[in-house]
Amino acid sequence: MQWETVIGLEVHVQLATQSKIFSGASTAFGAEPNTQACAIDLGLPGVLPVLNEGAVAMAVQFGLAIDAHIPDTSLFERKNYFYPDLPKGYQTSQMAQPIVGKGEVEIVLDDDVRKRIRIHHAHLEEDAGKSLHEDFHGMSGIDLNRAGTPLLEIVSEPDMRSAKEAVAYLRAIHAIVTYLGISDGNMAEGSMRCDVNVSVRPKGQEAFGTRAEIKNVNSFRFVERAIEFEVERQIELIEDGGKVVQETRLYDPDQDETRSMRTKEEANDYRYFPCPDLLPVMLDSAYIEHQRATLPELPTEKRHRFENSLGLSAYDAGVLSATRPTAEYFEAVLAVCGDAKQAANWVQGELSGHLNRENIDISNSPVTPEQLGGLVSRVLDDTINGKAAKQVFAALWNNEGQSADEIIDTRGLKQVTDTGAIEAMIDQVIADSPVQVAQYRDADPEKRGKMIGYFVGQVMKASRGTANPQQVNGLLKQKLDEA
Amino acid sequence: MHHMTLTELAKGLKAGDFSSRELTTSLLDRIERLDGEINSFVTVTRDQALAAADTADQARAKGESRPLAGLPLAIKDIFCTQGIRTSCGSKMLDNFQAPYNATVVEKLRAAGMISLGKTNMDEFAMGSSNENSFYGPVKNPWDRTAVPGGSSGGSAAAVAAGFAPAALGTDTGGSIRQPAAFCGITGLKPTYGRVSRYGMVAFASSLDQGGPMARSAEDCAHLLGAIAGHDLRDSTSVARVVPDYLAELDAPLDGLKIGLPKEYFGDGLDAEVESAIREAIRVYESLGAKVCEVSLPHTHLAVPAYYVIAPAEASSNLSRYDGVRFGHRCDNPVDLEDLYKRSRAEGFGDEVKRRILIGTHTLSEGFFDAYYRKAQQVRRLIRQDFMDAFEEVDVLMGPAAPTPAFDLGAKKDPVSMYLQDIYTIAINLAGIPGISVPAGFAGKRPIGLQILGQHFAEGQLLNVAHQFQQATDWHRRHPTDQETT
Repeated sequence: MQWETVIGLEVHVQLATQSKIFSGASTAFGAEPNTQACAIDLGLPGVLPVLNEGAVAMAVQFGLAIDAHIPDTSLFERKNYFYPDLPKGYQTSQMAQPIVGKGEVEIVLDDDVRKRIRIHHAHLEEDAGKSLHEDFHGMSGIDLNRAGTPLLEIVSEPDMRSAKEAVAYLRAIHAIVTYLGISDGNMAEGSMRCDVNVSVRPKGQEAFGTRAEIKNVNSFRFVERAIEFEVERQIELIEDGGKVVQETRLYDPDQDETRSMRTKEEANDYRYFPCPDLLPVMLDSAYIEHQRATLPELPTEKRHRFENSLGLSAYDAGVLSATRPTAEYFEAVLAVCGDAKQAANWVQGELSGHLNRENIDISNSPVTPEQLGGLVSRVLDDTINGKAAKQVFAALWNNEGQSADEIIDTRGLKQVTDTGAIEAMIDQVIADSPVQVAQYRDADPEKRGKMIGYFVGQVMKASRGTANPQQVNGLLKQKLDEA
Repeated sequence: MHHMTLTELAKGLKAGDFSSRELTTSLLDRIERLDGEINSFVTVTRDQALAAADTADQARAKGESRPLAGLPLAIKDIFCTQGIRTSCGSKMLDNFQAPYNATVVEKLRAAGMISLGKTNMDEFAMGSSNENSFYGPVKNPWDRTAVPGGSSGGSAAAVAAGFAPAALGTDTGGSIRQPAAFCGITGLKPTYGRVSRYGMVAFASSLDQGGPMARSAEDCAHLLGAIAGHDLRDSTSVARVVPDYLAELDAPLDGLKIGLPKEYFGDGLDAEVESAIREAIRVYESLGAKVCEVSLPHTHLAVPAYYVIAPAEASSNLSRYDGVRFGHRCDNPVDLEDLYKRSRAEGFGDEVKRRILIGTHTLSEGFFDAYYRKAQQVRRLIRQDFMDAFEEVDVLMGPAAPTPAFDLGAKKDPVSMYLQDIYTIAINLAGIPGISVPAGFAGKRPIGLQILGQHFAEGQLLNVAHQFQQATDWHRRHPTDQETT
């Protein structure tokens, strides 16, 4: 039987506010346990939450970025359950009236196929603390630094049909929130976490199959692998005559498998009800328009502009718009050198190569976009040739000069285009290589093309890489073929 | 000195009749001597009180001008006080010291007032008799066989017994007004949002409101002026200017329109209480007020709606008492579930457990619509009843409680206890202010007249109460020390 996979994602995005969603405590990552939890985060008796306006603004910006309806009233509710890292015994969240309504996100698949994924809603909530089960000799430690950190939970419709689509969707969400600057998107630190709902159904069948929810998957790769494992598990189960049960599962990256956590019967009754300590959030159109005015150009718009106005290939446009730092870097290079294709080549070629090799994020690149733009400009105006350009780049990377011009100057890398000077060097090489000249001249004219490389190399060497390679090639041919 | 009002004591301090230290010492000694029997205090903070009194005396010598400076009061043990235990009447918090002060405590401190200590109360403010306290029941200073009312029973008894000229209370369903009535003092529940709830241990967040309990409406006006106002730490506190409540006190009542809700004078109302209230109304008529009957048709739904909403919120508010971070923790838990179950089973008393169970049930899947949602609808109807009545009249009057203080141990059945609050509960559901003023006696036991006003009409209520107290002396009566001991 042919099976179809149905996937929906709940993405928890940690918002980049300075302080927590309902208290003034810091949200910075990595502090000593329990040093960033105030009386409110600890849920001490008598304390009250006060909503952080920054979190509201960020949620609204996200809503506007996905063309969502922003209701004029949203409401905080309490989701009640007991857990040691949940200090109040309830999580303040939104249920019936979330801050962001229905919206849409465009994803790009292989071969530039585009698909729109619908967003059901997005809501604000507070994060819980962390339970630490190791190093406490049979007990658990609790770190409440994370308690009260603002989260935006983005809930998609079950619109994805493969693990690849799910990853593309997650990347699109990642791009949007980082473009907006509402999250650092750092999945390793838990700034973006994902619950994946997966089911399978026979191809052509309308009704959804029973779904399993895989909790807390925290990397793009794990999302893909968890889905692939889970789909295979469900198909095998059904084909062997079994039934998928609705349950919560956990992905274990070490074993590369999902395991059951709890079934529907064991699920909590969360007893949601409106939080009496917080007023409904009322947003007027002036506020929403004010937020709209702060929106930067978003990834999809940028990709379209790179492709249509700058004439980049769909692939280049996609890569260069994928993250805000990459796009900003590219645009800064372009602003200096004025040539989109060259700028794109250098950012994706030499720069990416170096960054990847040394595992450096583009926002921390040792070569600034201004420096790279200056370098590209010198290539464009033929001041240096490609080979010298790589030397200049390496020098910039190693901080051996302030600018391409300075390095070109101090190292004498300026391209030699003076025919007389090049001819003199050629004559010298020919004079120094009688054996090779004789071989060349004895060879079939078809084979000479390959053999000329030796002479080009010698001339370039003699010029310390500065001779114009096209000129060298042409003049060499003339002189060698002369006889 | 033990039965003087704040206003009189302020004059005495100013005139140099006595110092703040002398006043404070005298009250502390009296508490030490007589409170063993009454049990109105859970914690007496003698050293801090005397230190504060000395500071106040020094400030006075340098020309202190704050009207409440150097005056003592008692604080219900539901308000967090930095470094001093805040028990909320519960074993659960018997070991709890907050690292912060409640906003109202801060405000009273800024006004220069001196806290004598923390008063007894029904556990987590759940009760109408002060019999639900981990620290034992409070006795009514007028009659030691009677309850003082609750949940602010310790505060009411302390004021009546001459231990403190005033006290802070809280009112979720009548917890200021009913004990004020039972103990023959004046108690005001402000409009919801008028006084910050920050640092006040939550029972039912949409109903809780702190307020003053004192020996006169004038004193309540002084105290309300000090504690009211917007608080950035409480989103439900209202950003609205605090008027000068004293300035309104002397306004004449000529032409005041008083409505008597007929539902507040029906079955179940004690005859002596009714006749005292009717007599009080006649006093108002003699002061130029016009009286008519009005109807609050949904009154009978107030108690049932309240006992859905308040326990629902309480069940959630009290989830934080889990034995993990603070409060009571059971000995040697074997696992997490054991820790939760035993800590909560041991830490909470029966009434608190009963309400947590009720609230958990009414919020459960499948019951939410029938209980919680329905109760919220009823709440809107009740509020509308009051809005309609205030189209016709300026204030509403009636008894604060259906009977005078009842005997200790008399009400074993929870529902009969809940019905104690039949005249007070709707006011919390509607969010309007109410005040109870002494209006007579049934034997030795005081009777309270309740006056209700529109949202933020505290100034009017205090004026109407003050004028009554200018014409009567019920509020000046106090139990003899023989009765107290």
